[in-house]
Amino acid sequence: MSTYSLHDLDQIVIDSLASVDALGTTEEFRERENELEGKRSPFAILQKTLGSLDADGRREAGARLQNARAAVRSALDAKWIVLAKAERDATLERDRLDLGDTVVSAITWPAEAGHSGLVASTQRSLEDVFVGMGFTVADGPEVETDWYNFEALNIPPAHPARGMWDTFYVELGEPETVLLRTHTSPTQIHLMEHAVATNSLPIHSVMPGRCFRRDTPDARHLATFHQIEGLVVDRGISFADLAGVIETFTRAYFGPDIESRLRPAYFPFTEPSAEFEITCTICRGDGCRTCSQTGWIELGGCGMIDPAVFEAVGIDAGEWSGFAFGFGIDRCAQMRHQIADMRALIENDVRFLRQFA
Amino acid sequence: MKIPLSWLAEFIDVPSDIDVLRATLDDLGLVVEGVEHVGAGLEDVVVARVEEIHAIEGADRIRRVIVTAGAEPVEIVCGAMNFDVGHHVPLAPVGAVLPGDFVIAQRKMRGVVSNGMLCSGRELGLGDDHGGLLLLDDQPGVTPGQRLLDLLGIAPDIVFDISPEGNRPDAWSVEGVARDVAARLELSVREVEVAEPNGAARTDTFATGSIEAPDLCGALLVSALRHVTVTDSPRWLQRRLEMAGMRAVSNVVDASNYVMLELGQPTHPYDAARVAGRHLGVRQARPGEALTTLDDTERVLGQPGRGLGDTGVDCVIVDGTDAVIGLAGIMGGASSEISPSTTDVLLEAAFFAPMVIARTSKRLSLRSEASSRFERGVDPTLAERATARFVAILKLTSPDLEWLASPVRAIGSTPPIPEITVTQANIDALLGTHVPVADAERLLTAIGFSVQRRDDVLTVAPSPARLDVRAGIAGRADVIEEIARLHGYRRLERRTPTWPTPGGLNERQQLRRTLRDVVIGLGGYEAWTPSLGSDEDFDLLHPNVPRVRITNPLASDESVLRASQMVGLVRAWARNAERGLGDVTLFEIGTVVQHPATVTTPREARGGVDGASLVPLPSENERLMILWGREGDDARTAVAAWSVIAERLRLLDVVVRTSDAPRGWHPTRFAQLVDRETGVAVGSVGEVDPDLASTLAPSGRTAPRLAVIDVDIDVLADSDQVRRRSSLANVPSRFPAAAVDLAFVVPNEVNAHDLAASLRSASDLVESVELFDVFRDDSLGTGVRSLAYAIRFAAADRTLSESDVADARGALIAAATSWGAVLR
Ligand SMILES: [Zn+2]
Repeated sequence: MSTYSLHDLDQIVIDSLASVDALGTTEEFRERENELEGKRSPFAILQKTLGSLDADGRREAGARLQNARAAVRSALDAKWIVLAKAERDATLERDRLDLGDTVVSAITWPAEAGHSGLVASTQRSLEDVFVGMGFTVADGPEVETDWYNFEALNIPPAHPARGMWDTFYVELGEPETVLLRTHTSPTQIHLMEHAVATNSLPIHSVMPGRCFRRDTPDARHLATFHQIEGLVVDRGISFADLAGVIETFTRAYFGPDIESRLRPAYFPFTEPSAEFEITCTICRGDGCRTCSQTGWIELGGCGMIDPAVFEAVGIDAGEWSGFAFGFGIDRCAQMRHQIADMRALIENDVRFLRQFA
Repeated sequence: MKIPLSWLAEFIDVPSDIDVLRATLDDLGLVVEGVEHVGAGLEDVVVARVEEIHAIEGADRIRRVIVTAGAEPVEIVCGAMNFDVGHHVPLAPVGAVLPGDFVIAQRKMRGVVSNGMLCSGRELGLGDDHGGLLLLDDQPGVTPGQRLLDLLGIAPDIVFDISPEGNRPDAWSVEGVARDVAARLELSVREVEVAEPNGAARTDTFATGSIEAPDLCGALLVSALRHVTVTDSPRWLQRRLEMAGMRAVSNVVDASNYVMLELGQPTHPYDAARVAGRHLGVRQARPGEALTTLDDTERVLGQPGRGLGDTGVDCVIVDGTDAVIGLAGIMGGASSEISPSTTDVLLEAAFFAPMVIARTSKRLSLRSEASSRFERGVDPTLAERATARFVAILKLTSPDLEWLASPVRAIGSTPPIPEITVTQANIDALLGTHVPVADAERLLTAIGFSVQRRDDVLTVAPSPARLDVRAGIAGRADVIEEIARLHGYRRLERRTPTWPTPGGLNERQQLRRTLRDVVIGLGGYEAWTPSLGSDEDFDLLHPNVPRVRITNPLASDESVLRASQMVGLVRAWARNAERGLGDVTLFEIGTVVQHPATVTTPREARGGVDGASLVPLPSENERLMILWGREGDDARTAVAAWSVIAERLRLLDVVVRTSDAPRGWHPTRFAQLVDRETGVAVGSVGEVDPDLASTLAPSGRTAPRLAVIDVDIDVLADSDQVRRRSSLANVPSRFPAAAVDLAFVVPNEVNAHDLAASLRSASDLVESVELFDVFRDDSLGTGVRSLAYAIRFAAADRTLSESDVADARGALIAAATSWGAVLR
């Protein structure tokens, strides 16, 4: 081991700073850091000799040593930034490619099929069923105002029904005016407003999309989820038409032995309103744990457009009538594929994705 | 709302088959969430007196106990230790069947025969106490041999847990549910027993009441009850409250709760001696006024809340000195609560405006059984009958009470009861099913609506218990819903409508599908990454950029709406890489947002109270991002993939143009995808910045090159911004084509696509131009590289002559020369 003396401290600092300055690469930096400033540095070695000094001497020498070491440390830190940047710049320079020069025919692909997300493929099958029934498909924004998500749907501020939806509000405008849509129903309002503005009624559309609910995710619910909403506004539309559309859809999507039934429910934007249930797809109606032995599972809500909604969008309820329905896309996927834990849908594990088309 | 069958049976003759009742309730929209059998399996359990207790040799956890429950002493082996000789405990003798079909048999333990079981509260389904036997000594009149059910006054019962819908304020009571069932099953509803005022003095000689806020309080009835004895309620009544999910407190409080559950009218009893001036007034709270409610919490009132349009209106009950003593319709104050020494009671029965109760309850996060009823709308005419019922119930345990004559009545404004016209045609048109008006009249009358029928026209006034029924055309829908509900949704017809317009997807939706299919064909796995992320993740790509923030996030890592899918996708790759499955291509089609402050013309939409203002909204942008985590892939893979996508979408001419990389992208391996003519960028290709990749990679691992494509679907869907190839067919030439390779030394600044486009348009004979080799070497000179193109010449009408080819070749070389390119 080299021997150092406190008398040489100034020289040691000068030598150390020179060594730091001479470091050429981050690799060299890592190799030499310890001997310049770390446990193997002159400062660490000198530290151990302080014990032989008297108290005053120890204090004074200790302070000098600390300052000297700190000077080297800060030189090292500055050097690291310089070296790292230089190396990154050099690497990036070596990497430089003019991507316009890519010779596409020289690129080869592994022969591997990809896979659609389960939600996307479920949405697509649902859309296909409704398109076959004569529906068009409409999209809508995910960030909405309270007017579209609530008020135009006959849910005024402080209406107890707002409690039916746990809402994420957005920090824009007055409190609680901007929000993440809690359902796809606001797209109904956009469609109806547009149809009124362009004088283009009737409407026969389905509206799939991503929705948000302020709810801790568990095996059955996700805070982000997908719904599909249906809207028909036309002349002479009745509850019988609604029930018929639900029934046709149910058999077309779930299979001919799956039936639907309606039972009274409450939604502020439809009157009469109904919850629709379908034959349990697990037990085919015999009763099982999933359906609480009833043979039926709840799929979604529906009803005749409430006159208050027509009024909000400026449609003459004397001339036009209509119905709406909505249900969860993820829930359909869950039921069809018997997914035990919905959280698998957002984990993006390739072993999960690989199982589907 | 939990309703014991025995309670319901006081109003109607319930069907003997419980499943029929359950199905009827469900079909009426009174959804049964659960049915619980209580007190079943206790028929055989008797009261036993402990006579002797002996230790069993070699066993310190069980003892031999002799009890009497009739003539003969019974020997039992028992593990509980919480009793002594002389105590009374429940005994399940041999042959008894306890809840859960648990059959008691004779058993032998450590040589001792046990002839039954002494039971804990939990074993009997009478509570959660499992610490020892249920001790019965404080039950009045406890006698060995007595049936436990008789001692406790318990009859086996069935409790229906019903969840009424939001538009059914009437269904939050036993009577309301009974009325609905009666209407469907055509039963009659029995009236409950009520009391009459029996005091000689008028109420106003003892107490007064007033409404100062008629818009907040529609009706106030103040009754004075004198000489009240505060004690426990009868055991059966306590039991009913417990089955309904409430706790028994004292006979006065219990009577109030009982009437609320039974009829739907919340009432509030005050200790008259503790109400200054024996006056109950109703007014709006002044800003800053405070009240300590029954739950011992101080509430500051009259403060505007965060709720939209919440100006801070609270309705309060005040005493004769105008001091606040209760939060109207929600919770009473601690200062005037009933105590064991109370002798005179003031009973408040009122109607409060639903919206005010809803707002206050939400703002103070204070919900009570009363507030949840008032905010839905309590029958404004119910106060008298509810008070009379309260007195009848209280008299059971306080027979000497005196109810002073002529209770004090104050009137504010109550919602008007609308008059609604419903015709046969209205019913048939809305339901699509013919339900005769005569049936409709019968069904509506049965739920308390007053109906007049003239031919095919009904004039309907809804029951005051149904404040949800509106006026006019909306009210007509409400009434027809009631008709449909009581008639039975399952009896309504079904018809599949048709219309003359075809269904289908619009171009945008077809484009989205095509994109997805192409990327899947390229080996992509579709991911779904979070729309909400953390500030830290946002800062990785967009430091110091205004972001769209959630006001009430569930967690800080879900508080900002994403502005890019990159971090989410890299994380999804990293999670797979962690499991050794990083050799994968992931993609996502989804929405990203921009804060309106960062956009030139922000999206705006109606919002705020009545939708009266224009509110700036985040701009939403649908994008496709693909990320290659496969070893060996790099930005060139992304370029090749893009060429497949562009080909599949029939894009006319999109150039891969190197440019400055935004943060998060590899600075020297980045290019924009630009429509040559419009100059619009449809997306980007490149790699993830290696620093970002190593930040997000699983710890201890070096990230491979992560190639990326990011495409703006909004731009892609707009053919004005990104041009498509013509849809007109071009029949290829039948004559032989001539193939020529041309290699040029080209300045680095010249884009290979630009040069190719120039070559393509230099001669009419060009059939195709394709880059097939790039060569860089110092021997070529500095700042240049060699680009070699394979070119095909053809003419539609002839075989090309040598001079045709030579002329065309010359034209192409000339075109290249104009870019500074030199033929090699
Ligand atoms: Zn089932």
